[in-house]
Amino acid sequence: MSILHTVNKSPFEKNNLESCLRYVKSGSAVLLIEDGIYAALKNTCFEKEMATAMKEVNFYCLAPDMKARGFSESKIMDGIKMVDYAGFVDLTIEYDKVQAWL
Amino acid sequence: MKFIIQVNKGPYQHQTADSAYQFISAALAKGHEVLRVFFYHDGVNNGTRLTAPPQDDRNVVHRWSALAAEHDLDLVICVAAAQRRGILDEREMNRLDKDAHNLAPGFRISGLGQLIEGVVLSDRLVVFGD
Amino acid sequence: MIKKCLYVNRRAPYGTSYALEAIDVVLIGSAFDQDISLLFIDDGVFQLKSDQDTTGIEMKNFSSAYSAFEMYDVEKLYVSKEAMTARGLKKRDLVVDVEVLSDNAIKDLMDEHDVIFSF
Repeated sequence: MSILHTVNKSPFEKNNLESCLRYVKSGSAVLLIEDGIYAALKNTCFEKEMATAMKEVNFYCLAPDMKARGFSESKIMDGIKMVDYAGFVDLTIEYDKVQAWL
Repeated sequence: MKFIIQVNKGPYQHQTADSAYQFISAALAKGHEVLRVFFYHDGVNNGTRLTAPPQDDRNVVHRWSALAAEHDLDLVICVAAAQRRGILDEREMNRLDKDAHNLAPGFRISGLGQLIEGVVLSDRLVVFGD
Repeated sequence: MIKKCLYVNRRAPYGTSYALEAIDVVLIGSAFDQDISLLFIDDGVFQLKSDQDTTGIEMKNFSSAYSAFEMYDVEKLYVSKEAMTARGLKKRDLVVDVEVLSDNAIKDLMDEHDVIFSF
């Protein structure tokens, strides 16, 4: 069964993303929301780790949270798909269950 | 699709209540059913009608009440978490011999069984918190 | 309908109320005849440390609950080997008998459950 993992913490502050990536399985997905969106940015110290994870896992970023924090799509790493809240709802259905890394 | 949503944080300090509200609104707009919203931990603070945010800020509690009225949403406050944090309806006020109650319209206070039952009856549990 | 429910505990006790309020959910959940497993990863493994003594902080010591779970037919307790190692903990440091799993095995554990509760 596939899992949609949600991460809502900045990787610069908390280890939620790191934990999530440790347990995420190939074919599952990670959705970055709230302060979690900072992990999606280009040119950060997490870019390499994210790029490695992206080979096996689908990454999504919640656009309203990104825009609220002053970033446009051009600042987001290639391969991360943008979704709105309707897209968030679709993802929870597309995957079999949701695991929130709070 | 049937959803149950768990909200673990109170309004204003964390984005939790805002994210949950936006998610639920989007799910309802798509025609999905939100069987229940269960407020746990500090999330029970979403249910006090005594909040008075500044005029230019969103009113998180009013927003929940309005959504519940519009969509017949079941907003459940966990009784054990609520008692610890001072969220009471009239019945709880009388039972615990307190001098006031503060539950906002559209919310009801009930047990954790409502969370488990909701999970059993739903297709998806989505948890918002910090 | 019986669902396979996994309760994921990631936080240390006392600093926040998550551990305590997770126990309440587990006990209520057991009354609904669901198939329950508990998983302790990250700082969640600290919840299971033996010899907790809360007299000095005047908070309720709830660590005895973990060994009482058996009476509620909650018998599947798993901990992350890597989380234990990272925190200098051994199985003998824990208050209850658990199954130690590698993080890779935990991926499969999460996979095979119907619902994941996060605390």
